[in-house]
Amino acid sequence: MSEFFTVSVLVATLAGGIRLATPFLLAALGETLGQRSGVLNLGVEGVMLIGAFAAYYTALETGSTVAGIAVAIGIGAVMGLIYAFLTVVMHAEQGISGIGIFLFGLGFTDLLFQKQVGTPLPIPGVGKAPIPILSDIPHLGEIFFDHNPLVYLAFLLVPIMWFVVNKTTFGLNVRAIGQTPEAADTLGVSVNLTRTFTIVIANCFAGLAGAALALEVGIFQQNLTAGQGFIAIALVYFGAWRMPWVMSGALLFGVVSSTVLQWKTLGIVSGPSSSLLAMAPAILTILVLVLVSRRVSAPAALTRPFDRAG
Amino acid sequence: MTDTDRAVPMLQMEGITKRFPGVLANDSVDLTVLPGQVHTLLGENGAGKSTLMKVLYGLYRPDEGTIRLDGEPVSITSPSDAINRGIGMIHQHFMLVPTLTVAENVALGLGGRAGLSDMRPVRQRLAEVSERYGLHVNPDAYIWQLAVGERQRAEILKALYRDARLLVLDEPTAVLTPPEVEELFVTLRQMTADDKGLVFISHKLHEVMELSDEITVLRDGRVSGQTRPSESTRESLAELMVGRPVELTRNVAATERGEQRLAITGLNVIGDRGNTAVKNFDLAVHSGEIVGLAGVSGNGQRELADAIFGLRPIRSGQIAIDGEPVTAPTPRSVRQRGVAYVPEERMVEGAIGDFTVAENLLLVDYHQPPYTRRGLLNRSAISSWCNRLVENYRVKTPDIETPTKNLSGGNIQKVVIAREFTCDAEVLVVAQPTRGVDIGAAEYIHERLLEQREAGAAILLISEDLDEVIQLSDRVVVVLEGQIMGEVDRADATPRSIGLLMSGVRDGEASASAD
Ligand SMILES: Nc1ncnc2c1ncn2[C@@H]1O[C@H](COP(=O)(O)OP(=O)(O)OP(=O)(O)O)[C@@H](O)[C@H]1O
Ligand SMILES: [Mg+2]
Repeated sequence: MSEFFTVSVLVATLAGGIRLATPFLLAALGETLGQRSGVLNLGVEGVMLIGAFAAYYTALETGSTVAGIAVAIGIGAVMGLIYAFLTVVMHAEQGISGIGIFLFGLGFTDLLFQKQVGTPLPIPGVGKAPIPILSDIPHLGEIFFDHNPLVYLAFLLVPIMWFVVNKTTFGLNVRAIGQTPEAADTLGVSVNLTRTFTIVIANCFAGLAGAALALEVGIFQQNLTAGQGFIAIALVYFGAWRMPWVMSGALLFGVVSSTVLQWKTLGIVSGPSSSLLAMAPAILTILVLVLVSRRVSAPAALTRPFDRAG
Repeated sequence: MTDTDRAVPMLQMEGITKRFPGVLANDSVDLTVLPGQVHTLLGENGAGKSTLMKVLYGLYRPDEGTIRLDGEPVSITSPSDAINRGIGMIHQHFMLVPTLTVAENVALGLGGRAGLSDMRPVRQRLAEVSERYGLHVNPDAYIWQLAVGERQRAEILKALYRDARLLVLDEPTAVLTPPEVEELFVTLRQMTADDKGLVFISHKLHEVMELSDEITVLRDGRVSGQTRPSESTRESLAELMVGRPVELTRNVAATERGEQRLAITGLNVIGDRGNTAVKNFDLAVHSGEIVGLAGVSGNGQRELADAIFGLRPIRSGQIAIDGEPVTAPTPRSVRQRGVAYVPEERMVEGAIGDFTVAENLLLVDYHQPPYTRRGLLNRSAISSWCNRLVENYRVKTPDIETPTKNLSGGNIQKVVIAREFTCDAEVLVVAQPTRGVDIGAAEYIHERLLEQREAGAAILLISEDLDEVIQLSDRVVVVLEGQIMGEVDRADATPRSIGLLMSGVRDGEASASAD
């Protein structure tokens, strides 16, 4: 038992938590932006799957991970346009449309994988890129500065997205239309155009999140994401629609998941109790959600389509 | 002919027709505004005033008619189109984002240098505009923290900030106190002196007489008359609006006051900003009595009413109904004790815009027989009841299945009043019942209030409209900064006696201030 508490395990667990958090952090950042503008997208999981497959397949065919990432983001944008057409233009019910996108992504990637790839061939994936000097700091270096570039990107996007929402005119428009779209409309802010932007950006993030996952594990399989897209949505609520809070939630979730993995590898838990423990992150999220959700209210116009009468 | 007749009209609306399903909101309406002029639009609730202005502001597309600006025909397809052409509009219902600050609301839609929303220049220019027009409001306050009067100031600042040449004011004074109205009029006169054109909408005839250069009266979507203050009286305007002579003053007979129904002792309530909004408040309301609560808005009236109704926690003190203290009040438990509430902000607290008229009429009683039996809604009972209310309270709506937000402002108020006055409450807390309501309907609402009093209800009437308070109340209590400044009986209630108390001058004191 004693070796579990050694520093190296702790370091590995924390580093693993950060690494595991990356895909759902990316997806959650995008979803936060979308929800701040009043659009709920339950299809994150589906878009992540599509992004994951796109990245995997592109990398497999071209041997380029960069091309894989680019294609995943591009396909995310296309999915975003589709979702925007459904919900912003056609006023389709957002909850149902999102679930439709999820089911589509799940089935479509499975089908493509069977037809195009068949047997799971590994791809190179993205390698670690330790940050010079910083990664040499004992322990901290390994926890924070010895990851693949997508991890850095995800965490760098937290302050960037915070800045976009709170310090730019685009962000001001987003905050306004998520709350009182009528007021924004009377000042000449195009509610539906702005929402289309946030949806496309959110879906690009989801596509990138899928790519991060596929390139991290270096393989694709059916339902690779295993609910991470839904975790991302929960994290948005957990984080009360604030980017730094969403990141805290993602880290908490990532570290708990990583701890569970470590315990399994070290044989601290096994058999049925290990499957039970695998639910720990989800249960923790639900608990925190219950505690947090009392305090903060969602953007008032969330899921409400906007149309000017007359 | 006056000299203004020679000026080129800055706005000519000709033959504007606008139809909604089942409603002809504007029927071939003409409106001409000259620079430097205040043109008033007058008309009953639902006459089509806001619709005409929304057509001008690009929110609605007219079915027929043309709009000319400075003589040129234009097609205004969106609010940004209107803003770019120098048109500003202050909407009847607040168009403010509650979770943003005043400065952010002002800056919304304006863009910024390099896409950044830097509030510093906004704050600076806002301070200049506020200073110039005497409209003071803290630019960093969140809208949700502001009292109604302050919100209206923020709304006006938003338009002034954009340098509108032609400004539409859709019932801007509905939420302002008399001194605030005077201040606004100073602002507006300054604007007309700058050759700006104003379209002014109000139900208060003395304001219309004071401010207008031209008056256009609408009735049922059509122009029913065009006149000037010099050629009309309040009575003649009322008759043009309603189509029949209207009683503008009323005498109320005294009644016996009954048992004490609502008793408030030593009440302290915390406001949104953490201040003590209601301080050591003592008040009793008896059966068969209307107690008027007069005061400038933002002096604790909203917090008091919210506390009585269980919408806001009580810091200390007690509220008792029929002698029994209310512990841990919630809106439902308070309602069960026989309290009804007409809130000040009807669009936010009083009615749900996306619900139909019928649903809003039943918001309180829907879970009780005959409307619900064994958990199922009884359609026919509901529709016959709702149709009766709509008819009795003269709510102007195509049918009871229309979304409430499609009604005109005054008609939404009537829906809330109808619901609250018909639930057999013993205690009625009524805030600004006739704000934004036309004179015909105000007359009707006053009659209903007096009817409730006759029937033995204990009524707390919170109003900034001094005429209303003085006409209806048996006693007038004046609040200032959350405390009672004084009480005046019906016999002694005059605009002067109450106005002095409202501004903090007690009886016999020459010029003492409130604190
Ligand atoms: N978006 C809409 N959809 C359907 N009907 C509408 C809509 N907007 C207004 N109406 C109807 O058009 C008529 C005119 O409404 P409008 O709001 O212009 O009245 P108003 O003169 O401004 O009244 P008030 O003094 O009460 O504000 C009303 O009968 C109203 O129900
Ligand atoms: Mg109106």
